[in-house]
Amino acid sequence: MKWSAAVALAIAFAFNVLADSPAKSAECLTCHDEKGAGFQASVHASLSCTGCHTDKKGYPHAANPVAVKCESCHTDPVAGVNVSVHAKASPQPCKGCHGDPHGILPASDPKSSTYPSNLPRTCGACHGDLKFAKSHGLKEVYSQYMDSIHGFALTQDGLLVAASCSSCHGSHKILTKSDPNSRTNRANIPSTCGTCHAGAQKAYLAGIHGQGMQTGNARAPVCTSCHTAHQISNPNVVAWQMKTSATCGECHQDKFKTYHDTFHAQVSALGYMETAHCWDCHGFHEILPATDAKSTIAPANLITTCGKCHSGVTASFVSYQPHADKHKRDAYPALWATGIFMNLLLAGVLGFFALHTLLWLIRALGERTAQPKSAG
Amino acid sequence: MTNDEVKTIDEPAAIPSVTPPSPDSEGRYYTRFSVPQRYLHGVLAITFLGLALTGLPLRFSNTRVALALAHAVGGFGTILFFHLLNAVVMTIAFLIHLGDVAYRVVARKEYGLVWGPNSMVPRLKDIQDFFGNLKWFLHLGPKPKMDRYAYWDKFDYWAVFWGMAIIGFSGYAMWFAPFFARFIPGSWLNIALLIHGEEALLAVTFIFTIHFFNTHLRPENFPMDLVIFNGRVSEEELRHRHPEEYKRLVESGELEKIRVQAPPRWLQNFGWVFGTSVILVGFVLIALTIVAFVKE
Repeated sequence: MKWSAAVALAIAFAFNVLADSPAKSAECLTCHDEKGAGFQASVHASLSCTGCHTDKKGYPHAANPVAVKCESCHTDPVAGVNVSVHAKASPQPCKGCHGDPHGILPASDPKSSTYPSNLPRTCGACHGDLKFAKSHGLKEVYSQYMDSIHGFALTQDGLLVAASCSSCHGSHKILTKSDPNSRTNRANIPSTCGTCHAGAQKAYLAGIHGQGMQTGNARAPVCTSCHTAHQISNPNVVAWQMKTSATCGECHQDKFKTYHDTFHAQVSALGYMETAHCWDCHGFHEILPATDAKSTIAPANLITTCGKCHSGVTASFVSYQPHADKHKRDAYPALWATGIFMNLLLAGVLGFFALHTLLWLIRALGERTAQPKSAG
Repeated sequence: MTNDEVKTIDEPAAIPSVTPPSPDSEGRYYTRFSVPQRYLHGVLAITFLGLALTGLPLRFSNTRVALALAHAVGGFGTILFFHLLNAVVMTIAFLIHLGDVAYRVVARKEYGLVWGPNSMVPRLKDIQDFFGNLKWFLHLGPKPKMDRYAYWDKFDYWAVFWGMAIIGFSGYAMWFAPFFARFIPGSWLNIALLIHGEEALLAVTFIFTIHFFNTHLRPENFPMDLVIFNGRVSEEELRHRHPEEYKRLVESGELEKIRVQAPPRWLQNFGWVFGTSVILVGFVLIALTIVAFVKE
């Protein structure tokens, strides 16, 4: 009894020790050979089977497997996932993105599902599915992202520094944007985008929009207000520039309306880019009010600003009002008076001659009926 | 073509006998407009259409039609190019007209251009004719006897004259804005655009409705008065439409001096095609303008 116990203990010990080593994992693979090929190439290849399958002490073992706990090693990522929007996504959220645990590749491996240029497709497996998006009340952002400057740069050009999903949303602790701690929460967006776009962030924070955001103005725009979140375009693309004045106009409705009364806006509406759009005069990230001496529209800077397009600009020239409103009598009396005069002129001349013509028509038709053969 | 036309008018005998007689050839014809005057009208008509076609899309730049036109011709750059080209041609025509009038008045001492029945300058008779016409409209009096130019002809002339000056000046002020801003405040450029657009809207509406009706589409002339295209009126037309002028010409014996051959068939056809085209384009433009204006 004592001997047999000692042998059993020795065998168990030997198995245990050996099974803990990669070499002994080969013993597991005599049965579980389907795990073999991928496992040997995986990031976990240096680990033994029982390192994760801790309930398996030897053969034979219980058939029903106990769920492997990734958090026994990957403490922080799992903790992050557990508070994320993906916590309840599936019983095993890790597998959803990283795939079969036996074949997990390091994120630096171009074949990995979490390699930067593969990540959009990995996330897109769920988020690119229209039915999925609809049933979860999500916007279909996958195709928007893929067509964006980020998606194009990453997946078409293979520019690995281009933003993928995790660049903005994080990878494990993905929080809904209404959560103040979310990287995509409105208050955090400038710093999230600023991770890469540090220059734009600095300029934005110095401008009136950034200042408004920092002082808690809920209407102040953040990066995504103008650039959108997933459809971000190359700002040099004409199609995007064509739409951008209207984007500014969503908030600045009065200025957009008066801009529309000008030649600048009229030719712009017809697809002419060589004309002033909002940002040509106001700048874009570091927009400052005219009262700020550094502003592009500060009176002292107007000659320079207008001079970007117009040659021979003088102080008189810049008294032009790019947002004149003919309806505002106090602010633009001469324009207002001209508007009234032109309205009266049009109404007077056309009204007068409309009546004249109508009376003439009736009379002449009557004459023609009475004397059909009268000379015309 | 210029030489042919000059011949047909100045040397009626030189018309080849093979020219088929027009339906009105039984009557006598008299010169009403000279060849340069007809060319002036033609150039004004074409450039006016060109300016309207390229200007209205700007005035109503938010409409789909405007955008479609811009796309069709290769963008706003093309539209602007043709707007400016038409403007320059119209300006040249306007200046030639001013020069011609000045030359005839100053050098040739044709003071009749400044005052009298052959002048475009309004007279007391125009006011009398206007009220007389109103009475005739309302069956309160006889049809007034017009002279060479009826009051609506003069209005047409001065409307276009004033329109070209105002729209032209405001247009050039915007075209060469920094230059003009040396002499006028930049804020006047806001006014320039407003005047340019509204006055042009008035011109387009007036020409495409009132002028078309007064001269071409009214029942007496319907569907078209070809006189501006062939330069000639028949004796019957002259007697009915310009009785005062007819009487004066007969009495002074001038009438025989301006007698010409009936307009040749090709000229009639040309007038029909040109006039109809302009009127149709004008109607399409005015319809689009009204729709765009109402939607605005």
